[in-house]
Amino acid sequence: MFNFKHAKKSIEIIEQFLGLIDQGSLIFKDGVKNYLLGNKENFQDNLKTLSNLSSEADIKKREIENILYTQSLMPQLRGDILKLLEELNNIIDLAKTNLFEFDVEVPFIPSELNQDLIKLTELSVLAIDSLIPAARDYFVNPGSVKEKLHRVYLYEKETDKLASSIKRRVFQNIPQLKLSEKFHLRYFTLHIEILSDVAKNAADLLSIMALKRAI
Amino acid sequence: MTLALIFIVSGLYLGWLLGTNDTLNVFGSAVNLKVLNYKTAAFVASLFILSGAIFQGEGTTKTIHSLGYISKPAIAFTIALCVALVVLILVKIKLPVSTSQAIVGGMMGWGIFVHATTDWNLLSKFILSWILAPVIGILLGMLFFILMRGILKRSRIHLIKLNSYLRIATFIAIALAAFGLGANNIGNVVGIFSNLAPDLSIDFGFFTIGGIQILFLLGSISIVTGIYSYNWRLVSERSNEILSLTPEATVVVLAAQAVVLFLFSSSWLANSLASVGLPAFPLVPVSSTQIAIGSVIGIGFVKGSQEIEAKTFTNIGLGWISAPLGAGLLTYSALFIIHTVFQFPVSHENLQLEFKQTEIQNLASHPPTLNMVLPGIIFLSAVIILALIYLFFRQQKLRLKAEKDILAQQNQLFLSEKAMNELEMKTFAIENESLNLKLLVKRKEFMDIALNISEQISFLEKISTGINDAIKTPDNEEREHRLNKLSMIIKQKMSFPQEKKEFYMQIEEIHKDFHLKLKTSFPDLTNLEKRLAGLLRLNLSTKEISTLLNISPKSVEVARYRLKKKMNIEKDKSLNNFITNL
Repeated sequence: MFNFKHAKKSIEIIEQFLGLIDQGSLIFKDGVKNYLLGNKENFQDNLKTLSNLSSEADIKKREIENILYTQSLMPQLRGDILKLLEELNNIIDLAKTNLFEFDVEVPFIPSELNQDLIKLTELSVLAIDSLIPAARDYFVNPGSVKEKLHRVYLYEKETDKLASSIKRRVFQNIPQLKLSEKFHLRYFTLHIEILSDVAKNAADLLSIMALKRAI
Repeated sequence: MTLALIFIVSGLYLGWLLGTNDTLNVFGSAVNLKVLNYKTAAFVASLFILSGAIFQGEGTTKTIHSLGYISKPAIAFTIALCVALVVLILVKIKLPVSTSQAIVGGMMGWGIFVHATTDWNLLSKFILSWILAPVIGILLGMLFFILMRGILKRSRIHLIKLNSYLRIATFIAIALAAFGLGANNIGNVVGIFSNLAPDLSIDFGFFTIGGIQILFLLGSISIVTGIYSYNWRLVSERSNEILSLTPEATVVVLAAQAVVLFLFSSSWLANSLASVGLPAFPLVPVSSTQIAIGSVIGIGFVKGSQEIEAKTFTNIGLGWISAPLGAGLLTYSALFIIHTVFQFPVSHENLQLEFKQTEIQNLASHPPTLNMVLPGIIFLSAVIILALIYLFFRQQKLRLKAEKDILAQQNQLFLSEKAMNELEMKTFAIENESLNLKLLVKRKEFMDIALNISEQISFLEKISTGINDAIKTPDNEEREHRLNKLSMIIKQKMSFPQEKKEFYMQIEEIHKDFHLKLKTSFPDLTNLEKRLAGLLRLNLSTKEISTLLNISPKSVEVARYRLKKKMNIEKDKSLNNFITNL
């Protein structure tokens, strides 16, 4: 009746799920770096790893859903928790899709943009990296969630700024690029930037959830 | 005895009303939050209400009883009925009513009607308790909430594990609060019927219950009936009307209720405090709703927010006034009618004397004891056997369900495998067909090669005979004529008409789809243009095409240009690409 066995199992799976998202963001960063620096083999490795991590995260999410619903765990909070897991899963899914876009469309990126794009990726991934501890804290110490989420908002804002500056540079300062190449670059900047936006959405949800949990 | 049971019906009805309303404070919030399901919560609450009433209900019952000396069952029936009607009306108009206040009002109405001297000391105890109970509720709500918050902050328990702990805590808190409710409020239900208690005691082996406890059992059964006759789907709706809490706050509120109800109903505690010279809590029925609201206010104080709406306070105030006043007035009116219409003797002095005589009689008599050890054992054994049978069949049912599920899964798997096999079979058939086609083409190729060789041999023999004949011819003119003829034959042969025809036929066979598409998309193309398109699809150069078509490279270029125009291909697009992608 009190479900301690299932509670323990679901705690473990949630922890594993958060670990997968964390790893996924790092692999994405590595993947983009490898693409920009032309390390094709490593890039393919990253793509494969990220794809595996994403499938595993999907499985874990379904397992958690299953346990929470079949064992009637936390009926008043499970809706919120599953929504949060869905948002986090979206991040790794998006990271995988975006890395695949690099592989399929093979965008031409002038080497002068490499540093900026690497920094953009790092900032975007930092937003995700700051979200994971906040999500972990929601379960054990909801009082500290808000202060951890400040970092997510900060990195998201910085990512936006840098993405705008890259796009401006592409369209105004690199005349040798074709218009199609400029468009292509704009899309890929967006692909990287959007990860921080999704992290911000998850942060919004998390901050409301933490407020609800504050007793 | 039967007459007593008939008269007690109004008290049981009051108990039923208490069961439908006050018990919601005990488990409504937990059910609403889905911390416990309705069945479990109601079962635990019922069990502990029964226990509380039987084992600790004496204190408050005595206090209610001492409010008026009622020895006539008809009067007790009338008072309980009037109180029940007032409670019912107030519940219908959604006022938080306290049964305790109503019953005191009813007793006061009776006291005024018989011109009895009011026991101000006792009445002040009641009023003090009604004020003290919610105040202690506030204080305990604050204290427990601070403790709970501190523990949760320090322990950093995972939310999911915390949920399980809270379930246990709620379970225990419901049990304790239900025990307190049974012990404290049973006095309201059967307090005025105390002297109707059967002159009997029942021995259960482990414990014996006396006549008054049998009365408590009846009263608590009526409360439990109230719980089960209530539409459980309305629990959440009703719970939200009064309180909307978090699981943590629910435990706090229930714990505060349990403690306050215990304070005001425990004879043991009262005696213990009195024995050390401390003022004891009066054993008075108090309102569980008011305690619950008090503890929620206490939580609000700690959180720095207002948890209760101002409207609820107004309603409580109205309940405070209307319950005793309404019950008093209705009881007075009912007794007046009984006295004037039926000439019923309602005089306080007489009744007090009668009551005392009954008491003395009760003390002098030794009640018969009903031995329930054997029937109890038989009953318990029957319950255990029935439970085992139920569990056995339930297990069987679950096993069958699991087997059915596995069978369904296997069936699904079988269907998927079947579909996969069919797909594989289809693939094999297509592969076989394509291999057969290839074999056919190869066979034809070999036949053609064989035929070609024999044809070449016969042609070369013909040429050789012709040359020999020409050599043997003495006439120069005739020889030249014959050699020219031979040269013509060779030139004709050099255009390979038969081979070319077969070559084109093979190309068409291999690229069947392409030629079909070409025919349907561009029906105006000439045979030469179709051949040119076929050769372009093979990616042959202009020179190769010119040799095969027996025309000059320039003519091939012109033919290509015409074909492009006929196919409506834009100038900057390549004809080769277009044909390859067709």
